[in-house]
Amino acid sequence: MSDLANTDYLEYLLKSWSTKSTESISWLNQLRAQAIDRVSTQKLPTRRDEEWRFTDISPLAHLPYQSSQSECNLQAQDIEHLCLKETKNRLVFVDGHYSPNLSTIIDSVALMIGNLPAFLATHSSILESHLGQYVQFDNNVFAALNTAFLRDGALIIVPKNIAIVEPIHLLFIATQNEATSYPRCLLIGEAGSDVTLIEDYVALQQATYITNSVTEISLADNAHAKHIRIQRESTQAFHLANCAVSLAHASNYQSVSISLGSHISRYNLDVRLTDEAAECVIDGLTLISDRQLADTHTCIDHIKPNGTSRQQHKCIVDNAAHAVFNGKIIVRPHAQRTNSSQSSRNLLLSKTAQVDTKPQLEIFADDVKCAHGATVGQLDQEEIFYLESRGLSAEAARSLLTFAFGAEIISRIPVTSLKQQLEQAVLNQTQSN
Amino acid sequence: MIDENSKTILSVQGLRANINGTEILKGIDLTVKSGEIHAIMGLNGSGKSTFAKVLAGHSAYEITGGSVQFEGNNLLELLPEERARAGLFLAFQYPIEIPGVANTQFLRLAYNTVQTKRGKEELDPLEFDDFVREKMKLLEMKPDFLDRSVNEGFSGGEKKRNEILQMALLEPKLSILDETDSGLDIDALKIVANGVNQIANKNNATILVTHYQRLLDYIVPDFVHVMQAGRIVMTGGKELALELETRGYDWVNENKSVTGVIA
Repeated sequence: MSDLANTDYLEYLLKSWSTKSTESISWLNQLRAQAIDRVSTQKLPTRRDEEWRFTDISPLAHLPYQSSQSECNLQAQDIEHLCLKETKNRLVFVDGHYSPNLSTIIDSVALMIGNLPAFLATHSSILESHLGQYVQFDNNVFAALNTAFLRDGALIIVPKNIAIVEPIHLLFIATQNEATSYPRCLLIGEAGSDVTLIEDYVALQQATYITNSVTEISLADNAHAKHIRIQRESTQAFHLANCAVSLAHASNYQSVSISLGSHISRYNLDVRLTDEAAECVIDGLTLISDRQLADTHTCIDHIKPNGTSRQQHKCIVDNAAHAVFNGKIIVRPHAQRTNSSQSSRNLLLSKTAQVDTKPQLEIFADDVKCAHGATVGQLDQEEIFYLESRGLSAEAARSLLTFAFGAEIISRIPVTSLKQQLEQAVLNQTQSN
Repeated sequence: MIDENSKTILSVQGLRANINGTEILKGIDLTVKSGEIHAIMGLNGSGKSTFAKVLAGHSAYEITGGSVQFEGNNLLELLPEERARAGLFLAFQYPIEIPGVANTQFLRLAYNTVQTKRGKEELDPLEFDDFVREKMKLLEMKPDFLDRSVNEGFSGGEKKRNEILQMALLEPKLSILDETDSGLDIDALKIVANGVNQIANKNNATILVTHYQRLLDYIVPDFVHVMQAGRIVMTGGKELALELETRGYDWVNENKSVTGVIA
């Protein structure tokens, strides 16, 4: 890949940036300036970069898409099918821009929730101490771009000891062709709080566009958060996402991320257990076909003792699609009595499907329990025989087992209607085989 | 229950089978009539579990000789699912876990598939729920059993009860229970045995494949066969199991030539 192409893409974006930055908040302007500064010194990653070994992002270089326009012609009925009946807490962003008309909030008394700029004046200091503090952009050109172009974004602050029953649905809808959007989320869970956040990336039609998102989650002592992330973009789109989670003492983070869409997608999830007895459960499912590429990079960083992490990542790959999973687990010298397990299971449905899976354990403490395993393959012959012996045809057995392979992850989503939608997506794919 | 006039359900003659080129079954003869309960006993590696899987149609085994008639039809021609639909049931030694599929969905799918092929009515989820709950009483199973994923996180006893529940639902002509007693404590064993006894009647037949005599205290066989190196080397009544328990399998070696095959 030529460096010229790289430079073109980033330079184009750098130029379009210079006209922005009219906010009056100085720390935010500074953050953006730092970020654009980092963009100007970096290049698009290539497969020579270790972190991008399996994922060729070079097609992006030919797509110098402008930032999306903020005009939104969507009506409530256009997005009705995307709304979840379990919740009325919904923030909608169309091509990255906040849409107040499509959003509804019922927990506004218990919660601080809304579009980021609306809180800049009133909550400047808390925002300053969190925004851009978890997703590092020094060596991450996409996170740097997102931060440089940061404007709208979902902000959720769950106050101390408050449990929010209805999930919060963040709906990011792509409508424009050949545009780039920069979704941003910040969730701050104060001590003892509890919340369920659904991050949902969808397209209303097939289109080629770029979503470059950054999500930051900070959980204080004893805070709980469930984080559901659904990536169902257009299969022509590019989805580049960074999420970082910081866990304080005895906090608990559970995430389920599902990747169905995009031509090329990359999801980086970094979870840092910064204090004792923090817990995280991270589940992922990638379900792709045709010529899709979906890359998931996770890093679970155990910094203090008595932390627990459990991770299960599954990929179902059909046709000539290509899935990548890189799961790093770090156990730092002080993180004694860490209990960590990781499993990567991959199902290839065709001869041309490909998966690269790489568990990566870096353990510097001696009193720890760390288990990991990875499997790549077709369906198990014994499992098929079991179902056949109950009267199912071989074809029905295979399709049930493929469905089950994905449904195991989906079943951990605590929102029934979403679970059903996703089960249907898996069924549609498994029955076509 | 032995009745000379009852019809033959299974007739195995000279059955031989290989796996990966190694001969495991070396000429098995067995006749099972309706109403009968047969026990096949033997040490590990004697071929008894292979025999069970071969009857159910496991594709890893190659049949190299002999014949198997099931209710007068050539069983070996049938696919595993066709055998199940025809009324052959294998309770697995190690039932498969299927995370992501609720037990009730799986049970209904199996039930309805088999019912349809037998020309009977399917049951919708509500009807099936009533039906399956009735059957679950046989096995003293808790209702949450239905909502959990198939066998996932089930104890050994729960998995075996789930196998017998499937047997109760599918109403087979011939049930083959492969080491159903393994991994069961005595309470679970009694429950499972009680379920099997209630399902057994004069129109069906049961083959118990087991290593130990213990199960046979609760499910009393009409015939006991001893398998060794891929053959049935000795056949007797229920007292043969007790004999084996006290004398061990070595005794079979010393006596197989003098004790004739009775069945």
